[in-house]
Amino acid sequence: MLAASVRVTRDLDAAEESVQEAYVAALQAWSRDGVPARPGAWLTTVARRNALNAMARGRTLRAKLPLLIEPETTDMDEPNEIPAIPDDRLRLVFTCCHPALSREAQVALTLRLVCGVSTTDIAHAFLVAEPTLAARLTRAKKKIAAAGIPYVVPGPADLPSRLDPVLTVVHLLATTAHVAPTGDALVRVDLADRALDLARMLHALLPAEPEVAGLLALLLVHHARRATRTDADGRLALLEDQDRSAWDRAAIAQADALVVGALGAAPPGRFALQAAIAALHAQAASVEETDWPQILALYDELQRVWPAPVVALNRAVAVAMVDGPAAGLAEVEAIERAGELAGYRYLPSTKADLLRRLGRHEEAAEAYRNALALTENAAERAFLGERLA
Amino acid sequence: MPQYAVLIYERVPPEELPAEVMEAHGALPGRIAEAGGRTIAGLALAEPSTATSIRDGLLTDGPFIETKEVLGGIFMIEARDLDHALELAKMTPIVDGGVEVRPLIGFQVLEDS
Repeated sequence: MLAASVRVTRDLDAAEESVQEAYVAALQAWSRDGVPARPGAWLTTVARRNALNAMARGRTLRAKLPLLIEPETTDMDEPNEIPAIPDDRLRLVFTCCHPALSREAQVALTLRLVCGVSTTDIAHAFLVAEPTLAARLTRAKKKIAAAGIPYVVPGPADLPSRLDPVLTVVHLLATTAHVAPTGDALVRVDLADRALDLARMLHALLPAEPEVAGLLALLLVHHARRATRTDADGRLALLEDQDRSAWDRAAIAQADALVVGALGAAPPGRFALQAAIAALHAQAASVEETDWPQILALYDELQRVWPAPVVALNRAVAVAMVDGPAAGLAEVEAIERAGELAGYRYLPSTKADLLRRLGRHEEAAEAYRNALALTENAAERAFLGERLA
Repeated sequence: MPQYAVLIYERVPPEELPAEVMEAHGALPGRIAEAGGRTIAGLALAEPSTATSIRDGLLTDGPFIETKEVLGGIFMIEARDLDHALELAKMTPIVDGGVEVRPLIGFQVLEDS
């Protein structure tokens, strides 16, 4: 509904206020006349009309009240809604993720305007003070209006480059949820659900895009394994200790189907490849039975299209499984010397694990201590602490 | 149509720009027009060592902010929206540096009366 209003006003703040007024009008009218047959459509029409009126009066609206975004899960969503709505949501996503906005602005705007998450919750999720986040949102909206960022779905020529920040933002939401950097819960479930919903929406609206299918497949595999990442006491469970029978096999099957399609692009994109790796893990009956050589081959491909040090680190884990811990350690030490992953807690923790497997316990202990110093998540800290003992 | 300033930053000083780059700058307004935009005006600045800065009444020899890439020129364009402005700005011939695209609040040339 916000998306439809934005299409009219081209100004996100004005759109927000139109939506708000529509809700107020709805409450008044519906208590008087009863709820109409298609309340969602009613609200959208009213919001649009309000937006047009506001523009005609030339007002600039600054909404101080919390944004009343229609939550995606309410009963008011009609399956046969005005057809323009899905296009509007796509427009909104691409606008929120415009490359002229910083990554943090993209993430905050997407969560606020597309997912309807409150400013408070976004601030908590990203460990930012609430006024700071509110200011970030205001600046971003101001930039969109002042610089004239258009409210459009990019054309075919621009779509691949414009899609990458969208997919990155959604992936960021899912991975922030996957291992919450601080606090007690290892998995912040709410953001993960939002990310998965977004990925589903994108795939429904852009079914021909292989990287969108790849992202959805990747998130489905994460989702399928979510129940077993921590044990009953909330402690981190190793991949080898996770009860694979508790994985959501239906989600994994869905992901498999999507991966096949996603790998069809030439060359396959980074999300398709990550999804393929995740799917291979998910298909295996155990860590020992996992097809590590194929996973390593996929990591080689992934490094080609996405030469990030994090990828190299994950690949080193695969190298260790195929060629032994010494080979993996050599890779990790090379990454360490390059210095790009300096504050990244998984570097020392990976190194520690390889040293432990090689029987070099003193060095392993030191690496575990380094990892502990970098980790604020309680479940991860507990795990590392146990390893140290 | 909305108006934007395109600020040109180059490590190479303006008098050292090769002839073909100067020609490309000359051809730029035509290319912008072909792409649906309009060049309104342009400023070519002399090299930074010729600048004099004034801060709190004190004079300094040189530009206000010392940068490795120097501001060589600014031109003003009309474009449909930011995406269009960026597409046009990307056509700017650059040897070693880049451009900044900033929306204009206003642009006015004061006529002699």
